[in-house]
Amino acid sequence: MSNRKSKNNLLHGESLLQIQRILRERFCHQIPHSNLFGVQVQYRHLLELLKRTAIHGESNSVLIVGPRGSGKTMLINHALKELMEIEEVSENVLQVYLNGLLQINDKIALKEITRQLHLENVVGDKVFGSFAENFSFLLEALKKGDRTSSCPVIFILDEFDLFAHHKNQTLLYNLFDIAQSAQTPIAVIGLTCRLDILELLEKRVKSRFSHRQIHLMNSFGFPQYVKIFKEQLSLPPEFPDKLFAEKWNQTVQGLSEDKSVREVLLKHFNVSKNLRSLHMLLMLALNRVTASHPLMTAADLMEAAQLCSMDSKANVVHGLSVLEICLIIAMKHLNDIYEEEPFNFQMVYNEFQKFVQRKAHSVYNFEKPVVLKAFEHLQQLELIKPVERTSVNSQREYQLMKLLLDNTQIMNALQKYPNCPTDVRQWATSSLSWL
Amino acid sequence: MPHLESLVLCREAQVSTLQTLFGERNHFSFPSIFIYGHTASGKTYVTQTLLRTLELPHVFVNCVECFTLRLLLEQILNKLSRLSSSEEGCSTEINCETFNDFVRLFKEVTQDENLKNQTVYIVLDKAEYLRDMEANLLPGFLRLQELTDRNVTVLFLSEIIWEKFRPNTGCFEPFVLYFPDYSIGNLQKILCHDHPPEYSADFYAAYINILLGVFYTVCRDLKELRHLAVLNFPKYCEPVVKGEASERDTRKLWKNIEPHLKKAMQTVYLREVSSSQWEKLQKDDTDPGQLKGLSAYTHVELPYYSKFILIAAYLASYNPARTDKRFFLKHHGKIKKTNFLKKHEKTSNHLLGPKPFPLDRLLAILYSIVDSRVAPTANIFSQFPLLISSHTTHSLSRFRAILAWSLLLRPSVSRRPLHAEEPVPPHVRTCVSTRVREAPRIHQAKATCRQSRVRRQGRRPLDAPAQLQGVVAAERAHLPASLAPLCRQETAKPSGFLLSVIRVWASL
Repeated sequence: MSNRKSKNNLLHGESLLQIQRILRERFCHQIPHSNLFGVQVQYRHLLELLKRTAIHGESNSVLIVGPRGSGKTMLINHALKELMEIEEVSENVLQVYLNGLLQINDKIALKEITRQLHLENVVGDKVFGSFAENFSFLLEALKKGDRTSSCPVIFILDEFDLFAHHKNQTLLYNLFDIAQSAQTPIAVIGLTCRLDILELLEKRVKSRFSHRQIHLMNSFGFPQYVKIFKEQLSLPPEFPDKLFAEKWNQTVQGLSEDKSVREVLLKHFNVSKNLRSLHMLLMLALNRVTASHPLMTAADLMEAAQLCSMDSKANVVHGLSVLEICLIIAMKHLNDIYEEEPFNFQMVYNEFQKFVQRKAHSVYNFEKPVVLKAFEHLQQLELIKPVERTSVNSQREYQLMKLLLDNTQIMNALQKYPNCPTDVRQWATSSLSWL
Repeated sequence: MPHLESLVLCREAQVSTLQTLFGERNHFSFPSIFIYGHTASGKTYVTQTLLRTLELPHVFVNCVECFTLRLLLEQILNKLSRLSSSEEGCSTEINCETFNDFVRLFKEVTQDENLKNQTVYIVLDKAEYLRDMEANLLPGFLRLQELTDRNVTVLFLSEIIWEKFRPNTGCFEPFVLYFPDYSIGNLQKILCHDHPPEYSADFYAAYINILLGVFYTVCRDLKELRHLAVLNFPKYCEPVVKGEASERDTRKLWKNIEPHLKKAMQTVYLREVSSSQWEKLQKDDTDPGQLKGLSAYTHVELPYYSKFILIAAYLASYNPARTDKRFFLKHHGKIKKTNFLKKHEKTSNHLLGPKPFPLDRLLAILYSIVDSRVAPTANIFSQFPLLISSHTTHSLSRFRAILAWSLLLRPSVSRRPLHAEEPVPPHVRTCVSTRVREAPRIHQAKATCRQSRVRRQGRRPLDAPAQLQGVVAAERAHLPASLAPLCRQETAKPSGFLLSVIRVWASL
């Protein structure tokens, strides 16, 4: 019996490794999956555009706009993959991938374009004056003859809004200029998360842009969200161990109908619709799947959801020493009395002394430098912040600060604070000295 | 794994979470992980130990050390290339100036056989300094897996919470892991772990208990507590070594060590004395009250006019300029009984700190409080540089302009009672006490030194000439009769006793 169990475990172990590999690739590495949820229309639009450039030689420009994690990169990658499967396209079309995070000015961008088009040998010793000349030379070099048979180039600009911050927006101007004029057919596809991208563009750049925008707005509802959840967790049919895959998929089906799991998903959906946060949740739940616990359960998902939604400031306050908690309570009282006006260390120390001088509390009678060290620790943790930048000439005790925690956070943190002395807790609830 | 548990105490949950996140060598892991927790909560130690024990290819970089973009990127690339080509010895240093080059070179380096199929880990310690570097650095590192299309995971270790890192337009959210602070039980366990072999574990545990009893309410930082434990242990063992008490005589040991620990809180904990000075003190076995910290050296005896200059400066910083006419003129004319203090001045000036003042106001006050005629000669002016903080190293020729801007002369006055070793001349004492005590509290009548004529006219009880006389007289002969009651009244209240303790920073 135990032999069979261990053999089962071994088989499971192997399959589990496979499952981990597949699911991790799906969640962490963002491999484009086959189903496009709710973006079919946009996908077809984009594909049509790309085909027109690649096959018919028509220049185009388009912006794909959507919040973070809504699938812009995934969409374009999918479209390009399908495009490259067409015969006549694959040997003709050139692709250039630019990213606003990497190419932080136009010089670097130009070098990168040169590199990706494999034109280093051509450009080698030529030195040109302006960006436009350089750029048009590059594109000329791609001509194989007359206009109709020159190579179409597809430019994909990720983090498009960062390109709009370059000096004079030279790259964007030239790209859109070539797209408008009758030169080499290019397609310029920008991906950005900012809805107000058009306001960032200069007038001359905006006028050359075709104002074509594709919006990805995560427009699915909760039932579709649950469907996505189920699909993301299910194993593909090509999985080698058919029996285990069947069991796994059945478990996933059961989970998607389970009430507590649906609650967790609903909470998650209400906070953020995008698929990245769903992937993080699933990844955390996947971590708990081991050889001894081969199938995912609802408890795993609930634990994962709890990990995702921790309040980090409360965690930080949990680890402070009692003296630092007293200082925070003193600041809270100052904020209550003076209605959120900035305070300095001297005021906080005064307030703290009022507490200490009550008869029973002399155990907290620390020296002023010790209290100042605790105050500076709070500043280091960025729980309090100076109102203006530190000037060398003003004394540290008199510099005005403000507290970055509000009253409910402080009271909640105090509830959870381990071994909180009762007098400190009572002081927190009311600052009246006759108590 | 048992070996790991013995190396890393009290962190089992975090170690297991990290292990499951890392997964198998060739599996993908989360592109970025953000670990936060208090200082000395073991983030760096656990991460390093785990990566080394599991022998995963990793690069450890401290952002305080690599404070520019170039330093950071080059260090990562060089360490990676050393990982990948371990047999060839020292390869050439890689040059990398921009993040774009970094991505390109990273792709090249990780193509190497050693690193090809495994997850490479880049650990950035003290990640809060990344926020102050170029703006594209943090979002770039968060997405490094996507940008380089390789199996790489970036770990960020920081004390500050993730919400303060997030860029304005959003970024790829990392997985956030919290390292909780150690509870008191955990702290005891860890501190008892490094007990010296000559003594028993119980003996050391009792010592740690006492130490935590004194310091736990103030400080929970493991590094500080360990430092204090190591420094003070010889003193604790002293009675046992000398044979005065056995290891179990807890009461005697406690009586011996407790004042010592209290003194340590005021000196070593604040870094007022260095650890070597502290150890020397323990060996010499002198009374801990004799120890002079750094701040003790800031009390110096000043020349005659400098004292008055300081008092004048103090008065100028804490009295509003409108009141000067009233206090310092012999005949200040008719002044209406208005609400003396403006609304915003009701908060005691001592809480808000000293205010700047122009130089001529200081000199005017100086001339009025010193009885004899003070000639504005170089003798007076040459004493100013002594009192100015060394933060400003301006030449003497620009002296006046600076003082007019005057953020400099801010003597900080503490309200400590008089110490035996710091005699302050009584005339200084009375002058300061009468002047500043009266200024904000105008409407309170004083029992002594008031004139009925003044009272009837509803003026301030202490008229200026009387005050000046009092001050001057006190200087010539200690405490004349007219002022004695006043001074007695002042000294009767120890908390209100004003004293000018002058802090002079290092001379110019």
